[in-house]
Amino acid sequence: MIERDYDVVIIGSGAGGGTVAQALAGLVAEGRRVLVLEQGARLADREFTGNELDMSDSLYEDSGGFLTADGTMTLAFGRIYGGSTVVYTGTSLVAPRRVIERWSVPGLAHGDIEERSRRYMVENNVHFLPDEELNDNNRLFVEGCKRTGYHAEQFPLNVRGCRGSSLCNLGCPNGAKMGTNRVQLPAAERMGVQVVTRAEALRIEDRVVVAHVRELAAGEKGAPSEWPAGSYRIRAGIVVCAGGSIGTSALLLRSGLARAVPRLGEGFTCHPAHILVAEQPRAITNDVGHPKSFYVDRAEAEGFVLETCMYFPFVTAKNLTGFGASHSALMRAFPRLQMILVLACDRAAPGNRVAVNATGRPVVHYRFTDAVVTSLVRATRASARIFFAAGAERVHAPSADPPLLDRSMQDRLDSLISERNFQSGRISISAAHLMGGCGMGRSASDSVTDSWGRVHGIPWLRVADSSLFPDALEINPYVTVMALADRTAQAVRADAGELLGGRVTLTTA
Amino acid sequence: MVGVGGATVIPGGDRFRAIMAAVVPESVSLSDDEWTDAAAIIARAIAARPAAVRRQLGLFLRALDLVALVRHGRGLRSLSAAKRTALLESLARSRVLALRRGVWGVRTLAFMGYYARPAAARAIGYRASPAGWAGVRARSGVQ
Repeated sequence: MIERDYDVVIIGSGAGGGTVAQALAGLVAEGRRVLVLEQGARLADREFTGNELDMSDSLYEDSGGFLTADGTMTLAFGRIYGGSTVVYTGTSLVAPRRVIERWSVPGLAHGDIEERSRRYMVENNVHFLPDEELNDNNRLFVEGCKRTGYHAEQFPLNVRGCRGSSLCNLGCPNGAKMGTNRVQLPAAERMGVQVVTRAEALRIEDRVVVAHVRELAAGEKGAPSEWPAGSYRIRAGIVVCAGGSIGTSALLLRSGLARAVPRLGEGFTCHPAHILVAEQPRAITNDVGHPKSFYVDRAEAEGFVLETCMYFPFVTAKNLTGFGASHSALMRAFPRLQMILVLACDRAAPGNRVAVNATGRPVVHYRFTDAVVTSLVRATRASARIFFAAGAERVHAPSADPPLLDRSMQDRLDSLISERNFQSGRISISAAHLMGGCGMGRSASDSVTDSWGRVHGIPWLRVADSSLFPDALEINPYVTVMALADRTAQAVRADAGELLGGRVTLTTA
Repeated sequence: MVGVGGATVIPGGDRFRAIMAAVVPESVSLSDDEWTDAAAIIARAIAARPAAVRRQLGLFLRALDLVALVRHGRGLRSLSAAKRTALLESLARSRVLALRRGVWGVRTLAFMGYYARPAAARAIGYRASPAGWAGVRARSGVQ
């Protein structure tokens, strides 16, 4: 076991870890040693090829195929330098006031989240794309919304020099998306923060992180780790967990901390989502241009959000219901396909939680509540109306029977698209907004941390990622993660004197 | 060939090819080289899955043969394409979650083997590239 010594160890380099790394980089100038451990690899720009299979393997946990315990939902999350900020579409929204107020976390005010969010949105160059860069897939959505009375809003995006590859979810091949891999982590490294990739945190002991650094495998993308492969025991004055909802919850569970904070792993939510497609009569621009430029927010009124989207051949095939000749016909219509992603605003429910199995691997238990199924069905009906209003000839709706609806069925959408057709395990559901597991709150009886990411009763242990959310956010979460991580970093700085004191780190690395 | 806890999944073998033909009918036209590519993609995906998932997949493939035997008196591979498709469709709508999930799993692998190949992506008209809008303009001859 190789020994190392740091003042602050940050586990994870995504929206949370990257933010904390940059915010604490000033400690380096004060003589402190700050380390980021990232389980994934560091890829060179030229390695972002846009190839569906290669990039899924390189950027996502389980190649993007991580399944819930009962196998009925796929959870997508990044495992790469920059975490999930490498694979999101860059949609940048401030948390709604109603959500933060509903969370009722003592000491967490919406105004504070908003102020921090806007600061990071400026830092990440968030802006609206000009009209001439919008593709037909997005224009048709806006048109359909206008004709059906839905209010479509444009997504602010964090891009700089976007060329419209449409490959955001496979990691931007042009380096245009301002994730932590492009902004916060390089800034932190310039200021002396060390980032070690291919380093998995196995467990946390008292002010110690036990980690394993793995070799670069033959044929694998990315640079070798900055450290030699092997097992490490890293002493730390402060440990900040930012491995995401699943990663952080599983790490703390593996570390035996459920006795200290019994709510650990509870309160998992994820905005379960469907991909819906429709056939337009003519070819449209869909696989060029930013894929996700508009949305309809019906979260408060009807429990769903609609977003424009465009996916890749395998992901599209997987998300269409059924198989065989009719499925193939739809795939061959790819140049004419319009797509909408429907997301259900789920609520933390008893039993929906992150756990670990006997080997310490994360296991996510999730059951679709009736409310979630109803939200998905409502969202599907709304999308079908929008598709048809935008001129679609056929709409593929997983919770319809039959799933392929033509224009003659427009008047019967409410009866054709129904909860009774929602069969989990048959319909593809996926989620990429993974939240909760280390929720904020008042005390260990109702939560895992306070509103500053301090784990109750363990002052040297902090959390800075979406696991902090006590319930669903109802919007794309990365900006809120950055705002909360900024709070965590502020608290670390405030407590550093007391926790690190005259601590002297060994300079072995 | 990938071991799955007692059972063995052979993506290049007849059984999986029979499933693939039901899921993606065009796959019967794959050349030997294309089929080798597809099988390699599937094999690699299976090998990367957790042991429990590999075990479940192996069990489901055995169950498929068993159901085919019970319903039609012969194994899955020996069924006509229409009967194979009908059998998978009936299981996909089963009241038993494990069966629905099993069909979902094998269809996902079949789709991966077929559509994750760049040639298949091109064949359906998928044109995304890092060049983005500039690529579209170049293809259409617009400066």
